[in-house]
Amino acid sequence: MLKNRIIPCLDVKNGRVVKGINFVDLKDAGDPVEQAKIYSDGGADEICFLDITASNENRDIIYEVVEKTSKKCFVPLTVGGGVRSIDDINKLLNCGADKVSINTAAVENSKVVVDSSKKFGSQCIVVAIDAKKNGDKWEVFTHGGRNNSGIDALEYAKKMEDSGAGELLVTSMDRDGTQVGYDIELMSQISSKVNIPLIASGGVGNLDHLVEGIKSGKASAVLAASIFHYGKYSVKEAKQYLESKGIPVRT
Amino acid sequence: MNVTIVDYKSGNISSVINSFKEVAENKIKIEVTSDVGKIKSADKVVLPGQGSFKSCVNALQSISGLVDCLNDFVMNKKKPLLGICVGLQMFADVGYEESETKGLGWIPGKVTKINNRDGKYKLPHIGWNEINIVKDSKIFKNIKDKSHMYFVHSYEFVPNNQNSISATTEYSSKHVCAIEKENIFGTQFHPEKSDKLGLQIIDNFMRL
Repeated sequence: MLKNRIIPCLDVKNGRVVKGINFVDLKDAGDPVEQAKIYSDGGADEICFLDITASNENRDIIYEVVEKTSKKCFVPLTVGGGVRSIDDINKLLNCGADKVSINTAAVENSKVVVDSSKKFGSQCIVVAIDAKKNGDKWEVFTHGGRNNSGIDALEYAKKMEDSGAGELLVTSMDRDGTQVGYDIELMSQISSKVNIPLIASGGVGNLDHLVEGIKSGKASAVLAASIFHYGKYSVKEAKQYLESKGIPVRT
Repeated sequence: MNVTIVDYKSGNISSVINSFKEVAENKIKIEVTSDVGKIKSADKVVLPGQGSFKSCVNALQSISGLVDCLNDFVMNKKKPLLGICVGLQMFADVGYEESETKGLGWIPGKVTKINNRDGKYKLPHIGWNEINIVKDSKIFKNIKDKSHMYFVHSYEFVPNNQNSISATTEYSSKHVCAIEKENIFGTQFHPEKSDKLGLQIIDNFMRL
């Protein structure tokens, strides 16, 4: 039976982890390679890096980080943030990323998704959707949540599936950082609309939220950042809890 | 001894390279090449594969002499080869991804899309799934039945005869996830991304 996945996400800025694990006795708490290794040794099903480097001159650092991590971690590694072109995707894959997540570039030009999934295979193309509720629908935001595209998130999700995305990483901007739980309605509506796996993101504050994301949100995988970073729970504890609630996990 | 990973410019093979190098620890030479001469002299060959069946077969054929060289390596020299993901799928006679495409024909059978049962099962089949070991395989040494491996695919290999199947997995229905036929080995899952157990399989293959 296929297991539901738990994916810890690390925000990386200028090659350093921001909001990292601060409870473990790390030699270098800001080192993404070391943190990724701790997660993979702890049973994480995948690792996600989100590059939030703002300045262009430091953008190339992520390639080095991915290269080093992929030599230590033998679980899938997804990298996103600032991915604009086929060339960016190619570089990340060559450095050892297994999947690349595309956000703004996919909204601006869905051809990036069409072309990259043809060239590299759908299995490595994740489309990240940042959605925010507006009235009775959700709209897709770009540029790290700064710009509203006005595009309907449900229709966009379907379009991305048709364009060749292998998975959707859906983040509720209303919930992100609030620790009150995923936007279950958003997740379940998108998941019901598409036939590709959905990774739920944004808002996790406790382990019940992970359970809800899978059971009610119909997510195949759940992504979380702060509950793991701040040592509130380990990945292992999260898996034990999910298992106790009847959710199949890899143990 | 040297293990050669065939780099035929189809998809991303850096994870395969990293995992084999990790296991080899500089004791075994890992060669990454599309050079037919080098592949000929290899002790073992790894055939990765990402993207569609058609694009992988086309990429193999675009390198002059490569398919003949692999045929000779496997069928005449009888040396060990490990196919991963689409690398395994290409063992079949024919694949139906994009359009009907002839495979390498080493193991009679076809590659067809997993039945998603009207959307009940999402595709690709992505994530960790248990393998059911159905016969002893040299690459499963120290691997327990029901171990978890990492999968990502939408098509499955359906061999004509069951003898070569070494493991199956359940998703929508029971499908083939590992093959052993004499010197030919294959995994539908990705040992290079299956954590310690995956590295164990790679180690087993290198020690053959």
